[in-house]
Amino acid sequence: MSSDIIIHEPFETAARQKVAVPFGVWSFLATECLFFGGIFLFYAYARWHGGEAFSAGAKETDIWFGSANTFILMTSSLTMAIAERATKEGLVRLARWMLWATIGFGLAFLVVKGFEYRKDISEHLIPGPHFKLEQGPAAQFWAFYWTVTVTHAIHLTIGLGVVGRLLWIDRRGDLAPHATTAEGTALYWHLVDIVWVILYPLLYLVGRP
Amino acid sequence: MSPNTQEGIVDRELRSPSYLQNGTTIRSWLLTTDHKRIGILYAMSITFFFFLGGIAATLIRLELISPTGLFLTNDEYNRAFTLHGIVMVWFFLVPSIPTTLGNFLLPMMIGAKDVAFPRLNLMSWYLFIAGGLLTVLALIAGGVDTGWTFYTPFSTLYSNSHVLLAAMGVFVVGFSSIATGVNFIATVHLLRAKGMTWMRLPLFGWAMYTTSLVMVLATPVLAMSLLLVVAERAFGLPIFDPRSGGDPLLFQHLFWFYSHPAVYIMVLPAFGVVSEIITCEARRRIFGYQFMVYAMVVIAVIGFMVWGHHMFVSGQSAFASLVFSFLSFVIAVPSAIKVFNWTGTLYRGQIRFSAPMLYALGFIGLFTIGGLTGLFLASIPIDVDLTDTYFVVAHFHYIMVGGSVSAFFGGLHFWWPKITGRMYSERLAQFAAISMFFGFNFTFFPQFIMGWMGMPRRYHLYAPEFQPWHVMSSMGAVVLAFGYAWPVFYLGWSLFKGQRAPDNPWDATGLEWQTRSPPPKENFDRTPVVTDGPYKYHPQDSTPHEVEQAQAPQVP
Amino acid sequence: MPPEASTLAPRIDHLMLILVGMSVLIVSLVSALLIVFSIRYRRGSTAKRGRLPEWVSREIEIGWTAATFFVALFIFWFAAALQGAQYKMPKNAMEVHVVAKQWMWKLEHPNGRREINALHVPVGVPVRLVMTSQDVIHSFFVPAFRIKQDVLPGRYTEAWFEAKEVGTYHLFCAEYCGTDHSKMTGGIVVMPRAAYARWSRGVDEHGTLAQQGAQLFRQLGCTGCHGQSARVRAPSLAGIFGRRQPMEGGGFKVADEEYIHDSILQPQKDVVAGYTPVMPSYQGIASEDDVVRLIAYLKTPNGGSVE
Ligand code: HEA
Ligand code: HEA
Ligand code: HEC
Ligand code: CUA
Ligand SMILES: [Cu+2]
Repeated sequence: MSSDIIIHEPFETAARQKVAVPFGVWSFLATECLFFGGIFLFYAYARWHGGEAFSAGAKETDIWFGSANTFILMTSSLTMAIAERATKEGLVRLARWMLWATIGFGLAFLVVKGFEYRKDISEHLIPGPHFKLEQGPAAQFWAFYWTVTVTHAIHLTIGLGVVGRLLWIDRRGDLAPHATTAEGTALYWHLVDIVWVILYPLLYLVGRP
Repeated sequence: MSPNTQEGIVDRELRSPSYLQNGTTIRSWLLTTDHKRIGILYAMSITFFFFLGGIAATLIRLELISPTGLFLTNDEYNRAFTLHGIVMVWFFLVPSIPTTLGNFLLPMMIGAKDVAFPRLNLMSWYLFIAGGLLTVLALIAGGVDTGWTFYTPFSTLYSNSHVLLAAMGVFVVGFSSIATGVNFIATVHLLRAKGMTWMRLPLFGWAMYTTSLVMVLATPVLAMSLLLVVAERAFGLPIFDPRSGGDPLLFQHLFWFYSHPAVYIMVLPAFGVVSEIITCEARRRIFGYQFMVYAMVVIAVIGFMVWGHHMFVSGQSAFASLVFSFLSFVIAVPSAIKVFNWTGTLYRGQIRFSAPMLYALGFIGLFTIGGLTGLFLASIPIDVDLTDTYFVVAHFHYIMVGGSVSAFFGGLHFWWPKITGRMYSERLAQFAAISMFFGFNFTFFPQFIMGWMGMPRRYHLYAPEFQPWHVMSSMGAVVLAFGYAWPVFYLGWSLFKGQRAPDNPWDATGLEWQTRSPPPKENFDRTPVVTDGPYKYHPQDSTPHEVEQAQAPQVP
Repeated sequence: MPPEASTLAPRIDHLMLILVGMSVLIVSLVSALLIVFSIRYRRGSTAKRGRLPEWVSREIEIGWTAATFFVALFIFWFAAALQGAQYKMPKNAMEVHVVAKQWMWKLEHPNGRREINALHVPVGVPVRLVMTSQDVIHSFFVPAFRIKQDVLPGRYTEAWFEAKEVGTYHLFCAEYCGTDHSKMTGGIVVMPRAAYARWSRGVDEHGTLAQQGAQLFRQLGCTGCHGQSARVRAPSLAGIFGRRQPMEGGGFKVADEEYIHDSILQPQKDVVAGYTPVMPSYQGIASEDDVVRLIAYLKTPNGGSVE
């Protein structure tokens, strides 16, 4: 255990300072839940009213890309968790490697997503004048698909940023005292994963037997 | 609650400089993480937006003097009230008390050195500025004409104004709200001084805490609904478009799920300010402290369950309307507790009619009228008639302007000596408070009457029979505008020429008064320890009569 | 006080007056307390001060909390009772179709007579408004009748009134709808019955709504699929209105106005069990007015069975 935490303003005790970052991140995660809650409400509504035609839209997604990405992101969650524990235990080398792995998986996710988008676009799956399917519930499904995946990708990119920041802190050579920062980063990263885990069935499994 | 900071007279020269003197370059302000300086930065920004919104209000009131309009086209008028609503709500009233007084005072009131995340605090100000710039850009580019409510499908498919810019502006400023909320929640949870238990928290602290909860839980929904608007408008994704089976009402549900709680974001801080002022100026402990706390918590919670009362005529089911109506009545109960307890606090007090107290008393009266007319609107049959008329406009201005803005001005005066270290002219301030009160009633009371007569809101041109009321309202607005502009002068004067303020000019008990005016960078010269509940204005066993008569300064 | 020109108006006003009376009472109570306390306990006055006995605070607190709750409950109950009356459609009402668009009202009488920004109705006859919008949300507001109802694109909303007094009353659009929102106004002309009868017998060269609908039914090619001798397999529309239709994928839907409206403009939405969804969408081909006529036609007893 590295307990040599530097106390900085406005904290008086290390105990308080230690819980502060996770506390703040948890409150922020509550915000994120309601944020995504809004768009899930839209999904629920559109699916309820769109019925068959909505699921028909869902049939067009590419389950291979989706599943690959789920796998990648689950793994990154694991590496992130290890990185966090390692930081806490002072195993800086392990933490460093695991952070790099996390960034690698995150980037891989984005690359796969990019290929998936290219395929979607070439198949005219963007609602609008050249949309492949019938305008209507299917188009609503695809509206959901684009909005939510882009939003998720932005979250993931921000996640890459905060993980990168940890590596930068490590470069300066004081990762060990920043265990709480690592904890906060991990919480955020897990949230991004969990959102994807919810999205996966909604996007790729609906409409498939 | 009296930490002993007064021990021994320390030489002025030896003490650390006040937060104002601690660096005077522009840079030292723009990169500050001192919650007090961030409070000042916010104060300047929201003042700008208040006057921007006020100019729009002036245009509106001028136009409405004549049933056929004076100099604006219909489009320009629509842009004027949209700008007025957007600016006043998101760039003035939502941030007003929390980000200025809250930022400045919350850490001091709980005996902390700063908020929990000082850098996040600064970032939230920059987000605010970024959002503000986007909105100002939307204004310069030609304005927005959707109303502050952004109803679809008008905003997504039909409006040909700069909806995207404005929506992005509000989106960004939403994150500034969330950052402030997260920060305050963590601050209250983690940084209370030794002995500052939850039930010793001043009511202003509770108000900030409950407001922050609402901010953190409601604002993201607004962010998502605006994001969906942007997706539909900018990228043509069919989301609310009824032609693809979307439902415009879904947007309304999302919007009001935020915007009803948002009205409590705007009024809970005012509750906090008024509680502090009344106890101090009446020299009484607050009547029913615990009830006051629970009332705020209950309001914050039930506030999330009444959004549908904005949609009684939208076509939602009659049963849903009934439930929302019922819950809207329920929320009157905690509000009543607040009103009655403030009144009860006056009983057996030693009341001093200083400017802050006048604002606070005005707040109680105007909030009661605004709240009761809210109950009219919560009754479905009446709302069917009155919704989207000036009755609604009058309702919310009574609470937001008569209530929250008055409270903001009251708080500004009350803590002015602490913040700036200068005194203001009591007489001039009392005069401003009184003209604001009368100007306000003169402006908005006629609107109840014309609303009841059927004058729809957001109407540029109107039937001639409403003209007398509109003229009255516009005349009142002149007095009101004076009431708002006047303090700029004497407060500005006080900044440079005002008398030096003593540490505790009102002889108040809050921790923020137990340090210097203006406070040093780290707030307290000695970390305070709390041994008692708030508002110890009259010692347990002696009658206040005896104590206060001897002690209280007898200014005006 | 605005004119009370409908049967509902006096009842709303009654409730309104009760609320006003109650509010005046409460505001007077609060301000009386504020003023009395302010004067009596101003700083330096000689009024008796002293500690409140502990129980005073608690009892009073509970007392006024309970009192407020009961008053609130009472008003709610009172208002809810009236809400029932407001929503109950009278049965034998005359039906008027309303199509709103930026920035005008189009009103159609059952006999096919059309009006713009004006509505003539007989006094003492309940009128049911079936409303939809061609673009954004509008709201049908007649202050003298104390009615208001939002008019939404893509669905039907309803309102009703029974005019009580002859005269001309304001019709406003109460939901903000863009540039000329404040010009989207009109008049409701309430006429004595005989005069209305004369007025409505005036020119109607187009035939009744249903007749126009029948014509459209042929023009738009509906008969090609839904006609008796059509080659495409499509459900018969004879007597469709009000029928419970089995849906592909389970469940039933009652074929009301909204359902038929959607069947025409978004045929993919609800597919009848056992049919392939080949029906084209008439979005952009049939206007909202046309759909109103088609529905009027499909509602007639032998609607949908023409050749
Ligand atoms: C700070 C802002 C604020 C606050 C605090 C409130 C508080 C309340 N509001 Fe208001 N409201 C708005 C701001 C606010 N509102 C705005 C901006 C709109 C319009 C938005 C738009 O469309 O643009 C609006 C619109 C609005 C509507 C929709 C109108 C319409 O568009 O048709 C309704 C309907 O129910 C409503 C109800 C209420 C109620 C019941 C309360 C209650 O919380 C009030 C409770 C307070 C009291 C009741 C007074 C104190 C009590 C007593 C003195 C005790 C005596 C009482 C009893 C015996 C019952 N409000
Ligand atoms: C939250 C806060 C808030 C505040 C503080 C105000 C303040 C005021 N509002 Fe506000 N108003 C709203 C929120 C607010 N409003 C909202 C949300 C809407 C709905 C918008 C919508 O429909 O979308 C609305 C709509 C609205 C309307 C209805 C428009 C319509 O429906 O057509 C009117 C009309 O009278 C009005 C008037 C005023 C006036 C006179 C003030 C006054 O209190 C302002 C007085 C202040 C000043 C005047 C500035 C200071 C003084 C000076 C700078 C002096 C010199 C100035 C000049 C000579 C230019 N407002
Ligand atoms: C190309 C063939 C075709 C044309 C043209 C067509 N329909 Fe249809 N219609 C169908 C089919 C097939 C169905 C059943 C499947 C479904 O519900 O989508 C149907 C279903 C319907 C239904 C729902 C029927 C029920 O039993 O619930 C209505 C109402 C309807 N059509 C009205 C119309 C009207 C009005 C027109 C002309 C404006 C029209 N249709 C033109 C093929 C057609
Ligand atoms: Cu139509 Cu407003
Ligand atoms: Cu509300």
